[in-house]
Amino acid sequence: MDVVDVSRWQFGITTVYHFIFVPLTIGLAPLIAVMQTVWVVTDNVAWYRLTKFFGKLFLINFALGVATGIVQEFQFGMNWSEYSRFVGDVFGAPLAMEGLAAFFFESTFLGLWIFGWSRLPRRIHLACIWIVAIAVNLSAFFIISANSFMQHPVGAHYNPTTKRAELHSILTLFTNNTGLAAFGHTVAGSLLTGGTFVAAVSAWWMVRSHNRPGDGDVRSMYRPATILGCWVALAATFALFFSGDAQGKLMFHQQPMKMASAESLCDTQTDPQFSILTVGRQNNCDGLTRVIEVPFVLPFLAKGRFNDVTLQGVRDIQRDDQERFGPGDYRPNLFVTYWSFRAMIGFLLIPVLFALAALWLSRGGRVPDQRWFSRAALLTIPTPFLANSAGWVFTEMGRQPWIVAPNPTGDPNVHLVVADGVSHHAPVMVVISLVTFTLIYAVLAVIWFWLLKRYVAEGPLEHDAEPAPPAPPGADDVAPLSFAY
Amino acid sequence: MALHQLWFGILAVLFLGFLILEGFDFGVGMLMEPLARLGGGDPEPRRRAVLNTIGPVWDGNEVWLLTAGGAMFAAFPGMYATVFSTLYLPLLAILFGMIVRAVAIEWRGKIDDPKWRRWADLAIAIGSWLPAVLWGVAFAILVRGLPVDARHQVDLSITDVLNPYTLLGGLATCGLFLLYGAIFVALKTSGPVHDDALRVAVWLALPVTVLVAAFGIWTQISHGKTWTWLVLAAAVVAQLAAVALVYSRKHEGWAFLCTALVVTAVVVLLFGALYPDLVPSTLDPQWSLTIDNASSSAYTLKIMTWAAGIFAPLVILYQAWTYWVFRQRISADQIPPFVAYI
Repeated sequence: MDVVDVSRWQFGITTVYHFIFVPLTIGLAPLIAVMQTVWVVTDNVAWYRLTKFFGKLFLINFALGVATGIVQEFQFGMNWSEYSRFVGDVFGAPLAMEGLAAFFFESTFLGLWIFGWSRLPRRIHLACIWIVAIAVNLSAFFIISANSFMQHPVGAHYNPTTKRAELHSILTLFTNNTGLAAFGHTVAGSLLTGGTFVAAVSAWWMVRSHNRPGDGDVRSMYRPATILGCWVALAATFALFFSGDAQGKLMFHQQPMKMASAESLCDTQTDPQFSILTVGRQNNCDGLTRVIEVPFVLPFLAKGRFNDVTLQGVRDIQRDDQERFGPGDYRPNLFVTYWSFRAMIGFLLIPVLFALAALWLSRGGRVPDQRWFSRAALLTIPTPFLANSAGWVFTEMGRQPWIVAPNPTGDPNVHLVVADGVSHHAPVMVVISLVTFTLIYAVLAVIWFWLLKRYVAEGPLEHDAEPAPPAPPGADDVAPLSFAY
Repeated sequence: MALHQLWFGILAVLFLGFLILEGFDFGVGMLMEPLARLGGGDPEPRRRAVLNTIGPVWDGNEVWLLTAGGAMFAAFPGMYATVFSTLYLPLLAILFGMIVRAVAIEWRGKIDDPKWRRWADLAIAIGSWLPAVLWGVAFAILVRGLPVDARHQVDLSITDVLNPYTLLGGLATCGLFLLYGAIFVALKTSGPVHDDALRVAVWLALPVTVLVAAFGIWTQISHGKTWTWLVLAAAVVAQLAAVALVYSRKHEGWAFLCTALVVTAVVVLLFGALYPDLVPSTLDPQWSLTIDNASSSAYTLKIMTWAAGIFAPLVILYQAWTYWVFRQRISADQIPPFVAYI
């Protein structure tokens, strides 16, 4: 077995897994901050109960995001040490800043938020969750700046003495157009995840309580929360569309192989058609049959106009790359890039349809009570998660075989292939860690799902019906804690 | 002072922040079960009283490690690459420990079932014992040196990892964190848990002193500089003061401060012994990774100095404020019965 393959599997599994939880954290934190703000400003207890309800779900999810995030900080050195040597001068800085400027804030202020309900003044306690919400989004900025250096290296040049890429402008690194577009896209994807989660869980409760006579929470809690979640999801879709479009246009220019591969565009063509379904007998350009195609879409994705656009095909780019970088296979996995791109878009459509349906059914003060609707709500919850994963699988698999993709207009020596970035471990050792990670992560995923399901089904607690009054001075030594592990 | 020298110091400070804060977190995790069983009656509220002494702060404490890792990547990429790929298996064990501990702390109270809590407690114990031992082992391995060749690659043999010195290092940090944790629990609790924590601290005080002194003296004689004799002396004085304060069964605040000074002195001793190397080569000193040949460019170090200069004081400020907010002692009687609130 090849150490590169095992190491790639391990990085892929641990990272895709980590990013199941992260978008919910990033997307839900601002929503909880909004809920708590509405409560603090209007004194409407329904929003207090929503804050507590979604806050608990947020914390269950946050725990696993943090726990799996520890691995992320170390596995570049563990499994990709040659890569770390090559890019450390550039790549380490955003990682360290992420710790200093984001992780410290989110962990410390989340601790204050969880344990501070009756200990902190109301507005300071509210500020804590806002700091958490801003910090989790800031952490996305730093890590995506780092990732975008792998997609489109800027702000650095190659130093032949030290044989590595060295940073010459942090500002250029942080204003990388690829990075800014990817950051917008990721945050929008996270808000879609968070908004859909709030909307779907509340919609399910709305139907459930509606069918239970005497439940007064429907109009005060679940209906407003559903509508809030739906609008956030729709706004996020809007942002996803524009940021994704910007990313696509940059990618046609910066990583043409990735986009050609995603479109299974094998030969250079003028005004190629966008493929909706392609079947192939082999996973390459030979024996590929394009079954359903649409005109005008692809030229628009690439250049923003409907015709007179020439796009390079995989075969031609492969030939050019061999001339530039020497013999080698510079094509990513065709099947994975093609289908992950389509899966991302396909999964996005489901929450959009759900949000539109939910808003329609709740229009003008109506409260939906259709069973099919509550079942559809539950089925919608996983789809943004799947879209997030598909998007990252596309981005990272499309980057192959590069670990730092060459920048067509940047320093021609700043690039590295994945095979040159790996640590020279005995494959069996990486297999051991891969198996252990996979097993532990699988167990934790089951518990995570089970806990979320249980606390969604349990709903807002009787205990949280009214906000606890602040503890009187001097009562600290005897009063029960408002929260304890 | 040149920037790469400054960054050696900043790296030491970040690891110091981690060990001084997570040190008592590990101690609390290791002592959770023993302290719950020491007293009579229902162990569950006692267990939770012990765990909740670190409740609001453990997650923020852990970020010191992540930041130290990130800073090592940014300032000394050569060290980050060599150390983490070479010490792959020990690091993996530390990571597993920290993963299961993190989720166990957060999820422990989410299911009201004794069997579930036993699993969570097991995970917290593993996640505290493993890193408490392994960080000592890891630092001892580093100070002792690795077979680094001219290309900065390492062909590791088992004796580089497991030998009397590194094992003593593991025992020393584990013992020190146990004592540190016991004193911290005594400082943060009232009632029977407080008294029992002090009792445990009294039992631990002397054996731990012997372990830490042995590790300190071995480090100093084999790898120390002249000036680190002073650091060792400070460690010994602080440790003896801590022992005396623990025996007096009063002033646990001062005892805590003294133990924190011991942790500080040990970290300074280890980094002092290392300097100016980052990873000493046991094959040929010329091949060692040093702050000169494994550091980032001057520009990156300058940027990182600005970032650390702005954010590190801020972090210390608001983390200190957190400790102030949650300064009150807790007792087992204050633990709320039902646990799934936030």
